[in-house]
Amino acid sequence: MSDALPPAKRDAAVWRTLARVPDPEIPVVSVVDLGIVRGIEWRNGELIVTLTPTYSGCPATEVILADVERALTAAGFGKHRLQIALSPAWTTDWIAPEARSRLARYGIAPPGARTGTIAQPVDASRLGRGSSRALVPCPRCGSARTRELSRFGSTPCKAQYACDECLEPFDYFKPH
Amino acid sequence: MSLDRQLFDYLLRLADSDLVLAQRLGEWVGHGPVLEEDIALTNVGLDLLGQARLWFAYAGEVEARFAGRGRSEDALAFLRDGGAYRNLLLVEQPNGDYAQTMARQFCFDVWHRLLLAALARSRDGRVAEIAAKAEKEVAYHAERSADWVIRLGDGTDESHRRMQAAIDDLWMYTGEMFDADDTDRVLAEAGIGCDVTALAPRWREAVEGVLAEATLALPKTAATQRGGKRGVHTEHLGHMLATMQWLQRAYPGAQW
Repeated sequence: MSDALPPAKRDAAVWRTLARVPDPEIPVVSVVDLGIVRGIEWRNGELIVTLTPTYSGCPATEVILADVERALTAAGFGKHRLQIALSPAWTTDWIAPEARSRLARYGIAPPGARTGTIAQPVDASRLGRGSSRALVPCPRCGSARTRELSRFGSTPCKAQYACDECLEPFDYFKPH
Repeated sequence: MSLDRQLFDYLLRLADSDLVLAQRLGEWVGHGPVLEEDIALTNVGLDLLGQARLWFAYAGEVEARFAGRGRSEDALAFLRDGGAYRNLLLVEQPNGDYAQTMARQFCFDVWHRLLLAALARSRDGRVAEIAAKAEKEVAYHAERSADWVIRLGDGTDESHRRMQAAIDDLWMYTGEMFDADDTDRVLAEAGIGCDVTALAPRWREAVEGVLAEATLALPKTAATQRGGKRGVHTEHLGHMLATMQWLQRAYPGAQW
């Protein structure tokens, strides 16, 4: 399949295949939506797919590699291999806009703007009382009356919130 | 000593502090005060374990450059004795109560973040990219642990007393983080490492700010305990490694 197509069509076919590989823990978004696939290239007839991990210790990384591998094989891309790139470090800024609305519909509040720079290793005045956290609207009812329950949720990339309006707990995809 | 040998030792220091603290946090699994905290501790531990693996993998490659053959991540983690571990004394201290766990985390996180931000500018591309990735994760750890120091310090009489006791007890292990030995100096001069002594004022400023917000007193005791970089540890590391390593020692090469 890969040899018969002109390069642009061949690349589009690879991207289409990758876009059908869901994140193992958040199946409404694909590994392409999340910005985990950093690029594809062909070298001497071999397809090289570059991926980047979200968090260093994310247990889903190995599953993602296996899923991508399986999808490429199943789609008939002959010789191929996966390579990992750490730099530039993954950021939620790479999550596609369309994927953000899908996250919200799924019940996960999409990531907001990133904060914090190394100018100050911690800003004590912002902490401890939870008063000045970023506003996270409830993905179910849209209310702004939400509060953080825990800085970590069911996966490293999420925090736990609760809505004081509809009383539902929800996950927040942390800006990273 | 060749630069690669020193780099190997330097990478082990980074990896070992991450791994030992990850193991300590892992001891909380199923014992957290509430489910959310149990999950949070595990997630911080996972980040640190992931970072440890990146440093170990690179350490193995560097070892191969001067020794002909480099050890695997598992061999470095499970088959070295306590005397070969290069972690900070602070991170091997027992979990104690929640105040002790979070005070230990806080003292480490603030230092860790400053260190990684400096290493992200390393001339060694691998060191720089691992540090840049880890720094983003650690920024979040530092916010969380500072948050707990403030909540417990400025909480009830009991939580205040416990957090103050935890900070006082752990303080003596914090000085070691800013000691530069020959390896630190050589790698800093080569543009690979960084000047750890330069991190001290910013660490102190951040810690003082959080302690003040937490209504806690800055300890007056001297931060005298050191030795981790040379493999001279407190009695706690051996016990921890016995638990962590027994399976690979009893069944060498066992796979999950």
